[in-house]
Amino acid sequence: MNTNLSKWMRAGTPWVWLNAGAVAISIVMVIGLLMLLTVRGMSHFWPRDVIQANYSPPSSSGEFLSTQVIGEFVESEMVLASQIASSGIPVDESQGLYERQLIKLGNRDLTGADFTWVLSDFVKDVEYPENVVALERREWGNFYGNLLVVKEEGNSTSFSGDSETRDESRWIDFNRRLQRALDIREEIYVIEKQEIGQINYRMERLRLRERRLQLDGEDTPEALAEIENSRIELDAQYDVLQIELVELYETVNRDSAVFLASNQQQTEIDFAGIVRAYRPNQMSFFAKIATYFSKLGEFMADEPREANTEGGIFPAIFGTVMMVMLMSVFVTPFGVVAAVYLREYARQGFVTRAIRIAVNNLAGVPSIVYGVFGLGFFIYIIGAEVDQLFYPEALPAPTFGTPGLLWASLTLALLTVPVVIVATEEGLARIPRSVREGSLALGATKFETLWRVVLPMASPAMMTGLILAVARAAGEVAPLMLVGVVKLAPSLPLDGNYPYLHLEQKFMHLGFHIYDVGFQSPNIEAARPLVFATALLLVLVIAGLNLTAVALRNHLREKYKALDV
Amino acid sequence: MANDVNQTVSRPGINSPGTGSPVLDMASSRMVLRRKIRHFYDQTANVAIAVGGVSVILAILLIFLYLFYEVIPLFQSATLDKVNEYQIENVSDSESLHIAIEEQSEIGMRIGDDAQVHFFNVTDGSIVSTIDIELPAGAAISNFALDTEESGVFALGLDNGEVLVASYGYETSFGGENNTRTLTPIIEYPFGDQPLSLFTDSPLSNVAVRSSGDVLMVVGIDENDAVNLIRASKQTSLFAAFDIGGEDVDIELEAFQLDLRVQDVEQLFIGGDQRWLYFISSNGLIRTIDLVAAMNGQSNAFGIETFLTEGGVRPTQVVFLLGGISLLVADDSGDISQWFLSREEGRTQLQKVREFSPGVLPILRMTPEQRRKNFVSVDSSGNLAIYNTTAHRAVFSQDLTAATPKRIALSPRGDGLLLETDDGSIAFWEVHNEHPEVSWSVLWDKVWYEGYSEPDYIWQSSASSNEFEPKYSLVPLSFGTLKAAFYAMLLAAPLAICGAIYTGYFMAPTMRRKVKPLIELMEALPTVVLGFLAGLWLAPFVEKNLLGIFAILVVLPLSILAASFAWTQLPRRIRDLVPDGWEAGILIPVILIFSYLSFVLSVPLENIFFGGDMRFWITNDLGVSYDQRNAMVVGFAMGFAVIPTIFSIAEDAIFTVPKQLTYGSLALGATPWQSLQRVVLPTASPGIFSALMIGMGRAVGETMIVLMATGNTPIMDINIFEGMRTLAANIAVEIPESEVDSTHYRILFLAALVLFMFTFMFNTVAEIIRQRLRTKYSTI
Repeated sequence: MNTNLSKWMRAGTPWVWLNAGAVAISIVMVIGLLMLLTVRGMSHFWPRDVIQANYSPPSSSGEFLSTQVIGEFVESEMVLASQIASSGIPVDESQGLYERQLIKLGNRDLTGADFTWVLSDFVKDVEYPENVVALERREWGNFYGNLLVVKEEGNSTSFSGDSETRDESRWIDFNRRLQRALDIREEIYVIEKQEIGQINYRMERLRLRERRLQLDGEDTPEALAEIENSRIELDAQYDVLQIELVELYETVNRDSAVFLASNQQQTEIDFAGIVRAYRPNQMSFFAKIATYFSKLGEFMADEPREANTEGGIFPAIFGTVMMVMLMSVFVTPFGVVAAVYLREYARQGFVTRAIRIAVNNLAGVPSIVYGVFGLGFFIYIIGAEVDQLFYPEALPAPTFGTPGLLWASLTLALLTVPVVIVATEEGLARIPRSVREGSLALGATKFETLWRVVLPMASPAMMTGLILAVARAAGEVAPLMLVGVVKLAPSLPLDGNYPYLHLEQKFMHLGFHIYDVGFQSPNIEAARPLVFATALLLVLVIAGLNLTAVALRNHLREKYKALDV
Repeated sequence: MANDVNQTVSRPGINSPGTGSPVLDMASSRMVLRRKIRHFYDQTANVAIAVGGVSVILAILLIFLYLFYEVIPLFQSATLDKVNEYQIENVSDSESLHIAIEEQSEIGMRIGDDAQVHFFNVTDGSIVSTIDIELPAGAAISNFALDTEESGVFALGLDNGEVLVASYGYETSFGGENNTRTLTPIIEYPFGDQPLSLFTDSPLSNVAVRSSGDVLMVVGIDENDAVNLIRASKQTSLFAAFDIGGEDVDIELEAFQLDLRVQDVEQLFIGGDQRWLYFISSNGLIRTIDLVAAMNGQSNAFGIETFLTEGGVRPTQVVFLLGGISLLVADDSGDISQWFLSREEGRTQLQKVREFSPGVLPILRMTPEQRRKNFVSVDSSGNLAIYNTTAHRAVFSQDLTAATPKRIALSPRGDGLLLETDDGSIAFWEVHNEHPEVSWSVLWDKVWYEGYSEPDYIWQSSASSNEFEPKYSLVPLSFGTLKAAFYAMLLAAPLAICGAIYTGYFMAPTMRRKVKPLIELMEALPTVVLGFLAGLWLAPFVEKNLLGIFAILVVLPLSILAASFAWTQLPRRIRDLVPDGWEAGILIPVILIFSYLSFVLSVPLENIFFGGDMRFWITNDLGVSYDQRNAMVVGFAMGFAVIPTIFSIAEDAIFTVPKQLTYGSLALGATPWQSLQRVVLPTASPGIFSALMIGMGRAVGETMIVLMATGNTPIMDINIFEGMRTLAANIAVEIPESEVDSTHYRILFLAALVLFMFTFMFNTVAEIIRQRLRTKYSTI
């Protein structure tokens, strides 16, 4: 015994340890949360092995109905026997606990449900068949099954050799045809999304121009004829594209494949509906890594499919970045000017102190309040006014009088301007007087001192402020829900159509994407891994920005420590 | 050097005469110009920066002002503007039975007792059209009854015992060069143009009518006090929909003689659900009959018998408020009271809900508004008042006319008012009454809503029906906000402050440098991610491991204490391996292991004590309702969001306590814990307090976590296992759907203003405390 209990108590050690415990709990919570996000988010893209098994739970009639289960294992948990019994499966309640597994079945078009719970005790003949194929499809989610026949224009293709080589050459043929279908899909995408989209956009502009001319009373026959001509021209272009499109659709629908799904169900799947196909149980570790990165790439660079529950999140990334960049354009000059005014120009006294406190506190005002302000003031007052003045031709459909990118960035600029002001002011305050006095003594004016000496020295502080502002803006969702984000934007706010940057458009946002897919989606179970991945991405971006800001701040402190001496 | 000189030659303002050193001529015109330009720049910058700076600050203030600007109209009174007063031509010889205004407040209507219906332009009184209602030969109008202003269905009781049911309306057509809108007044007979024969040749003394789509009920009392009823139902055949004019509609008539005699009936009407028939006597006695039972011959006893007025006061008019639930009773003592059926002690009773007392003069007329729970009353002196029943508030009260008022009519939108006086003149007033439904008591007091048995705090801003009484109590939302903040603080305050104490005072500097950024990183985590984890991962997890969660709360502190004691018992050799200030590091594995054990061991414990499912046990054995997304989940998630805020401010306050204070204390022989307790904490306590306030401010305003981690039901219950709806989440949910500048919209702005002021005040107090503290430290 080194110490006895009462001495241990008297020294206050237990309290110190309890306090230490609080820190430790906080650390465990942060790291735990980050790890949870990482594990759940990153594992989503891993091509998991596909199980094939027979599941025969007892039924109330006493028979054991056997069904075949093909799918990916998701998770398992322990359940009370009584709970299972009350859900209609007569299990032995004396056993207490049963393990049950969640299996992703896919094949929603055949089975009606993506997932199923099975009791591990009644799962038999578990195997990992070599040839089972996992398909990612444009509709109906994933598919698991065995490839039987590849068809071209409805006719089966045949391969020679023994059954194994036949399977192998069929698989190679399947992949070749899939690649062809994907290439055609790509062409279709370009025509539908870009070329026809462009024509529609120009048609709409023509309509607006015509309306504008009518409103201004300048709808002379010549002007109208000119518009009519352009319209005819666009119609002709459209017809050409339409014909091309029809041909492409015909060619893409040439091939199909017949699969054998669970419980001996045969189903025919068009190549046009397949996004990716692989045989996970046959893949080597490196092949899996390649697929992993291919899926990760799709996630980052593609558009969402199936009500946002599959595919990528590129429009959300793009929208977030656009919004944050626009916001930076607004927030930096205004924040810096306000800070310079407060610190360098305004007479220091009660008023500046009060303003400083007020600005500081604005950072703590709930973000939803900014959203309400943005909606009421920017959109319904200013936006409606802008529409009256500049876009009368589109009325009653609002142009700027509806939530959009511009208003979202302005609202967030207002939300984050205190951050920039506070950070810049701090930077300005850190610059020693002697530096300013030196510059003034050499004959520089106040502005020259500011421009040539003070601001460059304070630039890292401004950067810090800006980065913190960006980090805050990127993670805010509540105000954006009121002023501009949508669950699915038909086009990006920046594209090839004049005027290229569409400030009035609604956009997608990572944070809102999480909220939307996680809480408003029809198939939450299937979408959940994707939400985890999105959340992880958002956290990584914001953590990265914050760490940069911290590093910059530390760098700044080091730099001026030398000046202080 | 020579090079330098050569270079300067070419520069402006430096005059080099060729020999000797260069001379600087500050007065040369170039230099003067340059100085002027520089001065100009400087001045411009002064102005620009001042303007820029001030305008940014003003822009920020604008938020506050704008919120106010949107909210203020809520509390403004109504105003009335007189447009015109006129006599309608050729009608002076008939008495008016009813007047009304149409939707657009363009055309007025007057039904006279000579069966002439005049439609006139409300602004100048010129006749638009006149329609005669054809009465059976020799009959004259003895009674008039209106269904509702909205349906326009009315009944004319004739002195031969028959009743003619008609309706007034307008047909809208577009035409002409500018596609202008034309309104054509029409009189229709929705249940046939033949009079319904209630009594044979016995004059009616009272009549009541109620239509609901396809069913019409007409009740009459004759001079022998007999009560008869006719039910007319339209049988629209499947193919009639394709016919124009609906001529194929069959009308089925059923006549009933109610087996009772009711004397002294002044007013008679049928309730909105066509079930209850109300008799009102001149002494204020109200009696009801269940028509359904009476028609089936089951019962003809009075259901309710209550006195609406007491002490000899006579009711002057009784009308239904919008929705047909509430009765408004005006009397000759100048009071108006609202009544509706509510259940008390197991039986339905007509209850007086609230009373309006505008004055002492008899109320002559009263009319309800057609879209809102407003009504207008006018007394014998010509004083007109507009009330909202829910808000229990007179939004307008003023003497409008010197003559005795006879009839009033309100336009459907509530923006126009006709007032007929007994000299036959009609005045048209424009009414500006945007937000009558709001008052202090609606927002913050208990309100007795229609159909409820007692006053209550309720938030229910919209419903599918037009007749819905909006319930705008901010109390449940504020309660939800504070509840969420309370549970968040319950987790965050101890963890963050204890953590701050340890980090700021005990922790080894090397560890502190790592821990601080890590916890500050926590602050940067987007709340949408926390909300998503709380709603989709934590909520089911908590539900499944309820006992484990509770076990952790007990086990963790105990295990930390045990670990602490065990550590002191270890041989010095081992203890020396870990330097002072790294206790937190040692505790991490301890916490991980014991948390895991709590979850694992709670499973068998749950089996033994709670029958395997604690959640089930809570709902069934304790009778406490359990939502999956509840206050506990919010507490965890929002606590997590608030911890870093509190932590970093409190840690700052503790860390910056001047070191000489602690050194002094330690030198006098105090243990570190004692110096912390007696010296550091008292000095830093204002800072810790301000940290708590700022944390609280953040918890109050947080939107996404609450939105995602609760069910968002506006209930008032402190139960940790139920959800709540907060002000912020409510705004996020409802504002995109609310109509611009409507009452609902402005109330949401009010909620935002409340949030803004609340957090702003909290933060300002906290900030001032911190600044004081800073000055104090610098003087020590």
